[in-house]
Amino acid sequence: MTITSTATDRRPQLSPHFMFRWEASQDAYILLYPEGLIKLNPSAGEILKRCDGEHTVAELIADLQDAFPGPADDIDQGVRAFLDVATDKGWLHA
Amino acid sequence: MPKDSNGLTLDGQGKPLWLSLEITYRCPLKCSWCNNPLDFDDYAARELSTDEWKRVLREARELGALQLGFTGGEPLQRPDLEELVAYANALGFYTNLITSGIGLTEARLVALKAAGLKQIQLSLQATEAAVTDALVGATAHERKLDAARRIKAHGFPMVLNMPVFRQNIGMTDAMIAWAAELGIEYIEFANIQYYNWALMNRDELMPTLEQVREAEQVVQRWRDTLGKKMTIYFVIPDYYEGRPKACMNGWGAIHLTIAPDGVAMPCQEARVIPGLEFESVRDKPLAWLWHESPLFRKYRGLDWLPEPCVSCDEKEKDFGGCRCQAFLLTGDAGNTDPACGRSPHHARVREATDTAARPLRFRKPLFKRAAGTVTTAFLED
Repeated sequence: MTITSTATDRRPQLSPHFMFRWEASQDAYILLYPEGLIKLNPSAGEILKRCDGEHTVAELIADLQDAFPGPADDIDQGVRAFLDVATDKGWLHA
Repeated sequence: MPKDSNGLTLDGQGKPLWLSLEITYRCPLKCSWCNNPLDFDDYAARELSTDEWKRVLREARELGALQLGFTGGEPLQRPDLEELVAYANALGFYTNLITSGIGLTEARLVALKAAGLKQIQLSLQATEAAVTDALVGATAHERKLDAARRIKAHGFPMVLNMPVFRQNIGMTDAMIAWAAELGIEYIEFANIQYYNWALMNRDELMPTLEQVREAEQVVQRWRDTLGKKMTIYFVIPDYYEGRPKACMNGWGAIHLTIAPDGVAMPCQEARVIPGLEFESVRDKPLAWLWHESPLFRKYRGLDWLPEPCVSCDEKEKDFGGCRCQAFLLTGDAGNTDPACGRSPHHARVREATDTAARPLRFRKPLFKRAAGTVTTAFLED
């Protein structure tokens, strides 16, 4: 697992033109954007909910470790992996 | 908890996730590849009112619709567009406008922004004014460029849509160069599909396979150069692909289109298929139309599939292709889409592509989309 040194200080934020919200009819968080929509699994939804551009990666990992059971390391790695994917797909920017 | 961190799904679960509202078929342009019905002119007097469209929006949202396209015709012909966008936005739709750009004044852009419009898809046919204007049958090019600049200035995400055919496929390179300079982040080369007006003009519009391959290489070079700065969408037309398209992701699966007169359809072209009963939201609840109506159930799922689809291992990928194309080229909408190389009617598609490739041809003028161009009245006398 490669983690860049700056990753922890990043304050990830939803990219402009993306709409993130809870959708009752899907019983899930969704992402809406030009020409597309994505239904997020519960983990992805919980992470994206915290990407407000104000909290750092370290802070949102700590918050998720408090909120959910499971080994802290697993959560740490899972969140970083997801943030990498979401950034690569253009949903998030630092 | 975060384990399967990118487990993402797009499963409609029986919901019409994508809603297209054809709020009018009126349009100031006369495009020869228009997918509106040949008798588009008859719909003007039967268009749904503002309140009727609002009811459609409410009912669709209750059914779970999320993505919404305002289309036409030219949707800007409706003065209540902003009101409908605002209403849809408040209901939680992601609102998209699909426009020619004609009529997209500064005042309307400001009003659309205030109404919460999220995205604009703008069509542009050529990089030279004389070519665009001749193709669309109006002085449109400069107005389209103005619209593009203003859309960007107002910070809307924009998809630039270039319908592709023989007359403009050679401009692919110039179009991407222009779009890159303007900072457009998404360009879609829409190889036109042959229904209605486009089908009538097919022999003149269809590019050769050589032209398509050349354009594809141009696109690939630009993708390498621009990287993430621009998404370039280009799909080989199904006539040349040998595989049918997964039309609408399956009939009645996730797409719902409402025509200007309120008729609910699985796709914009469905009304070309005879023998199906088309019903309007004026007469029936949208939930019934989507879930229960004979029209939407007719080709939904895989149970209706004919051979060779039934025993084909790609049936869950393409659902037998397009029903409208099956009807238009084979006379039966229940046949395998003849764009499929395994269809017993594939020769119909080959005839069209062979015609396109024939070197010395008598060139016919294109039929322009205009009221009264086509009449079937003589059949009714």
